[in-house]
Amino acid sequence: MNAPDNSMVHLSIILFTAVFTDNILLARFLGMCSFLSVSRQVKTAVGLGLAVVFVMTFTIALDWIAYRYILQPYAIEYFRFILFIVIIAAFVQFVEMALERFSPVLYQNLGIFLPLITVNCAILGASLFMVIRAYGLAEAVVFGFGSGIGWMLAIIAMAGIRERLNNARIPKGLQGPGITLVIAGIMALAFIGFTGVLSGR
Amino acid sequence: MMARKKTSDVVLTAIWGDNPVFRQILGICSALAVTNLVLNTMVMGAAVIFTTALSGLTVSLLRKHTPRIIRMMVEVLIVAFYVILFDQALKAYWPEMSRNLGPYVGLIITNCIIMGRAEAFANANPPGLSFIDGLASGIGYSIVLVSVAIVRELLGMGSLLGVAMPFFSSSLWDRWIIMVMPPGAFFTLAVIVWFARTAQKDREAEKKQGAK
Repeated sequence: MNAPDNSMVHLSIILFTAVFTDNILLARFLGMCSFLSVSRQVKTAVGLGLAVVFVMTFTIALDWIAYRYILQPYAIEYFRFILFIVIIAAFVQFVEMALERFSPVLYQNLGIFLPLITVNCAILGASLFMVIRAYGLAEAVVFGFGSGIGWMLAIIAMAGIRERLNNARIPKGLQGPGITLVIAGIMALAFIGFTGVLSGR
Repeated sequence: MMARKKTSDVVLTAIWGDNPVFRQILGICSALAVTNLVLNTMVMGAAVIFTTALSGLTVSLLRKHTPRIIRMMVEVLIVAFYVILFDQALKAYWPEMSRNLGPYVGLIITNCIIMGRAEAFANANPPGLSFIDGLASGIGYSIVLVSVAIVRELLGMGSLLGVAMPFFSSSLWDRWIIMVMPPGAFFTLAVIVWFARTAQKDREAEKKQGAK
């Protein structure tokens, strides 16, 4: 295995790619369920987005450690699906309890979103991408953080647009999920525009 | 007679009336990304059908022996078991496809449809019927995804299943590159959902009038 490249340039490219050009939601279609159902208000979108950033950054680190030091030595990599899910669920549960105990204010704002996150495929997806791309620990954490930020950006933008759409007249069959998908498509187009930034390097 | 009617009812509601994709846009996360090629989508659909059907059967078989508190945990493990089976088989016999699908086979575990069927149907119904319900839900889901893939591959690459199509691959047709890129998936699905919902609404309206 090659030694991971931990230079600042390399890491910042991973970050930029994860946030913009290879956005986990708009280019990889992960985390769609909560994206479509919890994007009605900007306030809730911000809460859910923050929770995703937080959980994704930490679970990807935990998953990396578990994969490298438990699964690989015993050659039971196929067990990763179950192990990653258990780690994510346990971490979310733990954070929920810790928040409730130490920071009731934060718990009130973020607490309701935490259970939703366990079933958010973006979290598991990020960890699976990490395995496939053979990231080192630093790369993995940066990738997880960037993906979380990218997801949060997308859902906040979507919520902002949907709040405006409340007064718009939309064809009956297109209301709800239909129009949301159209907007997501347009947003994905806009994000593709960022590709030029990297290729012009 | 009764049993047969019920079976056909289950199939019909799962595929059309209650199709999870039209109704709630549930569970597209794990699959929309692979709809750029029809072949990939069909394999993905097969994986979903395999998992929903067999996990429905297993959950239903175990439903009387599972304590209610750890129910969800057991369901996740059952689903994960079948997904791992499929993933390993694919890796062994068709490594190329396994690479194409990347992490998305594994993501079937978090597909809300499968958990939803296990929770809502298999938990309360006999094994045979649960198996059929899972099968039908999986098929309903795959039909939608394959139709998205057909539109995308035809307009974007001028081919179907890798075979060049007469008109669309000729110079008369400008390939819509955007259809193969991510936005194409969103737009195609939006249009399909639009048609399906309008059709369903009309039907409901007809039913109501008929009842009067």
